[in-house]
Amino acid sequence: MATDTRASTRAQTDKAAEQLAFFRRMLEIRRFEERAAEAYATGGIGGFCHLYIGQEAVAVGSLAALRPDDYVISSYREHGLALARGMSMRAAMAELFGRSTGCSQGKGGSMHLFDSSLNFLGGHGIVAGQIPLAAGVAFAIRYRGGDQAVVCFFGEAAVNNGAFHEAMNMAALWKLPMVFLCENNRYGMGTALERASAIVDIVERACSYDMAAEIVDGMDVWAVQAATARAVARARSRSHPTFLEVRTYRFMGHSMSDPLHGVYRTREEVEEHQRRDPIAALAEELRASGVADEEALEAIDAEVKAAVEDAVEFAEESPEPGPEALLTDIYAE
Amino acid sequence: MPTVTYRDALNQALREEMQRDGEVFLMGEEVGVYQGAYKVSRGLLEEFGPLRVVDTPITELGFAGVGIGAAMAGLRPVIEFMTWNFSLLAVDQIVNSAAKMLYMSGGQYPIPIVFRGPGGAALQLAAQHSQAFDSWYAHIPGLKVAAPATPADAKGLLKAAIRDDNPIVFIEGEMLYNMKGEVPDGEHVVPLGTAEVKRAGADVTLVCYSKTVAASLKAAELLAADDIDAEVLDLRTIRPLDIERLIASVAKTNRCVVAEEGWEFCGVGAQVVDYLQREAFDSLDAPVLRVTQADAPMPYARNLERAAKPSAERVVAAAKRVCYTE
Amino acid sequence: MAKKVVMEALSPTMEEGRVVTWHRREGDAVKSGDTIAEVETDKAVMELVARTDGTILRVVAGEGDTVPVGDVVAFIGTPGEELPAPSPAAPSPATQPQPSPEPASAAAPVSAEPEPAPLPVGPTQEPDGQTGRVKASPLARRLARDRQVDLRVVEGTGPGGRVVKRDIEAFVAAPTPSVSIPTGAAYEDVPVSQMRKTIARRLVQSIGPIPTFYLTAEADMERVAEAREALNTGNREPRISFNDVVLKATALALARHPSCNAWWQETHVRQWRDVHLGMAVAVEEGLITPIIRHADRKPLAEIAREGRELAERARARKLVPEEYTGATFTLSNLGMYGIDDFTAVINPPEAGILAVGSVTTKPVVAQGAVVVRRRMRVTMSCDHRVIDGATGAVFLQTLVQMLENPLAMLL
Repeated sequence: MATDTRASTRAQTDKAAEQLAFFRRMLEIRRFEERAAEAYATGGIGGFCHLYIGQEAVAVGSLAALRPDDYVISSYREHGLALARGMSMRAAMAELFGRSTGCSQGKGGSMHLFDSSLNFLGGHGIVAGQIPLAAGVAFAIRYRGGDQAVVCFFGEAAVNNGAFHEAMNMAALWKLPMVFLCENNRYGMGTALERASAIVDIVERACSYDMAAEIVDGMDVWAVQAATARAVARARSRSHPTFLEVRTYRFMGHSMSDPLHGVYRTREEVEEHQRRDPIAALAEELRASGVADEEALEAIDAEVKAAVEDAVEFAEESPEPGPEALLTDIYAE
Repeated sequence: MPTVTYRDALNQALREEMQRDGEVFLMGEEVGVYQGAYKVSRGLLEEFGPLRVVDTPITELGFAGVGIGAAMAGLRPVIEFMTWNFSLLAVDQIVNSAAKMLYMSGGQYPIPIVFRGPGGAALQLAAQHSQAFDSWYAHIPGLKVAAPATPADAKGLLKAAIRDDNPIVFIEGEMLYNMKGEVPDGEHVVPLGTAEVKRAGADVTLVCYSKTVAASLKAAELLAADDIDAEVLDLRTIRPLDIERLIASVAKTNRCVVAEEGWEFCGVGAQVVDYLQREAFDSLDAPVLRVTQADAPMPYARNLERAAKPSAERVVAAAKRVCYTE
Repeated sequence: MAKKVVMEALSPTMEEGRVVTWHRREGDAVKSGDTIAEVETDKAVMELVARTDGTILRVVAGEGDTVPVGDVVAFIGTPGEELPAPSPAAPSPATQPQPSPEPASAAAPVSAEPEPAPLPVGPTQEPDGQTGRVKASPLARRLARDRQVDLRVVEGTGPGGRVVKRDIEAFVAAPTPSVSIPTGAAYEDVPVSQMRKTIARRLVQSIGPIPTFYLTAEADMERVAEAREALNTGNREPRISFNDVVLKATALALARHPSCNAWWQETHVRQWRDVHLGMAVAVEEGLITPIIRHADRKPLAEIAREGRELAERARARKLVPEEYTGATFTLSNLGMYGIDDFTAVINPPEAGILAVGSVTTKPVVAQGAVVVRRRMRVTMSCDHRVIDGATGAVFLQTLVQMLENPLAMLL
């Protein structure tokens, strides 16, 4: 009985620590993205910049289910994924600023964050282009007889692309240890899912490949973590792929050049989804379970904001790539 | 030195490199059970098993991407396109993923991969199966492009390509597979980026690669009968281009004809001509002429196809014009 | 489409030409390269050749007409085809490509004349060959530069008359078939020192653009006369004249004294390694100086033959520009007119000219006795910017020694 109590207490402590860690990580992503938007507006960041705000639970929940030697690859909406995977805010922000201290030495930018030390295989700019790459990484795992898994992130618009189907087919055919993690945020840029896909429950796409699949609530970080853990276990133990349709919502426009709500969705719709803000939900959970009070949460927020500010300062003070960088890394020596 | 076909020289290179390095594998349509659409991979499935000789669905974009992903994870894939005509479906992966990964990751992810298969026209395969995309791929920084003309070069260049840490576009020729030639046994590596004088001459340089090498050698013989001593320079690698040997040859001969299988507009020869006008301007005694495929989709009819392709006769005519003998 | 035949720039300085004779008439068929007219330039009567095959459809410029370079003189085409309406003057040359100027200093223009003024150029759609611009391959241009060949006088055998490598080689080989001239740098440019700059500036202020001074010497010509008689025994051709010997001796002396075989080039003095000896020839309307190239290396007989031929062609006004441009030194002989001595005017940028008087019989003191000898006086005009008194004197000393001991020329 006593043992059980201790175990239960430890479990409660672990749970509380995880809750706080998830909260902090999701908040880091939120504040990072908000600050990136500000820097974009003032010219520090250029080009395309696709924010992750609203989808934080997907990144934090799914990547919490991975080991360090697993692999992560994504589309271009990957800032949150890079941070959730463990990339420092400094390296990520410096990359957005195009500085030599960025994770890709300033040569990749917002859409191409890479970190080989984290097995973070990059953000990729062509819709669905990263999906066959993920299958290749999974192929390499199988080739070497390893037990790692690959999680490949893409938006729901990618499922209408041939590359998705070609990769799904080969993954199922060859039993590749990977997770197809579809972040269904309801819009491919300005085109609603219903206007682009013949089927609305896109989880059904997996049926044609006889692949295990689930629908997951992407606003619930615990649900995402659990579903990903199941999928990864399937990859590790049986080298089977899984398709996860994770339903989420982006609170911002498609990119910085796209308004929050415009011709393709209403303010009311955005506000309705914002009522299910995953960070607010986790904060409520923390308060309700007594793990943290408002003051504690605000203290965390203050720390996170300071860390983001530090990252911006770091980026701003970092040197731009030297002129010689233009012509390096084109060919491996 | 043993005499083997171009096809078997490639087979030797693949076998030897797969024996040497366990991370090298071959993937593509019909490479395994069928023994290769053109039998280049004959016997490899039996020797190396289905994990290393992988038959794919007909899904060029998909398996090109799988190869690149495997390379990101450290393997050294050889991806066979049944022909380069089908590579158009995979261009996004070759260009956007393979060629750029090292650069956009700030040097973190080299892509050691070889895409190989026959390019250009064979015989009467008509418009969609008779295309030379050499210049398309050579246009892209981050890719290297090799196109061997002889069995020995086929083996030596493929071994070099497999050992290279960059994405290589390796263009063979259906019409070359049966060509016989002396091929060194075992270790024989031809460094990428080295052209070779296949025939020395003093009066005009015939720049060529792949199938146009044979045409140029034949042209050189015909020209010899007219007292024109042609030098045949086989580029062997289109990118990187061996500018040094190119300039040296033209500095000697003062005249140049470039023969390639592809279309004229923005072709490989256009780049060669550009280098020559920049680096060998004062050596030129005549404008450089080009021999290319006719500016039309490849026709089916035998006579039209013959007329469309570069030939020894057209190389001869161009050489005489730059030598001012007609 | 009928091709225009235009007045071509047939000499480096030609701006207009006078049609002397039409060799072909309207309706005559011509081939590219055929002479169709004779044109009098500022220097000579030159041949105007057809640049295309066809029939002369119309002659626009009549015999005796003077036509600016670049203007149409005739049309060649297919009988029956329509001719373009006569157009007024060519469009403003300002918008047209100009003849490529010779590189300033690295290259050596053969011409001793001032650089040609930009020639009027016809409409751009006209073939270059008809507008005074020279079509030449890059290689041919380089070879011409290296070998000091004026591209404008080389006949191009490439497409459209393009001058190509073989044309330069043929041109270089042609003029001196009997003498092989070693190649190598043709001259050495000696920088002008501060002292020399000062000399140049002060003397120019003193005396004019070319500060000239004169040195006179007298040579005993007895042994030259003996040698000449021996050489001319029988009917041997060509006959060797006193002047031929003087030419040869001067050339050899110049080869030994490159400081006198030189051009004033403002920033430097160009000392020529080769001796290209100009010889002034009086012609009906004035004077022209055809050149014996490499005179120091040519046998006496060759000099005699070439000198004779050049003089004849000069009098017939048949010289082409490369035959009278590019001398390194000039010799003027008025001995045949009974002139004992005189001064000649320097031909810039050459630094000197030698005025040669007649060979006269006169009493001289030799070894304490008065004897009768054949004597000749020479006066050298020197550009003081290049040649100082002592420099010129030593050169003349060498020349006199050679004339007084002709066997020394064999050394």
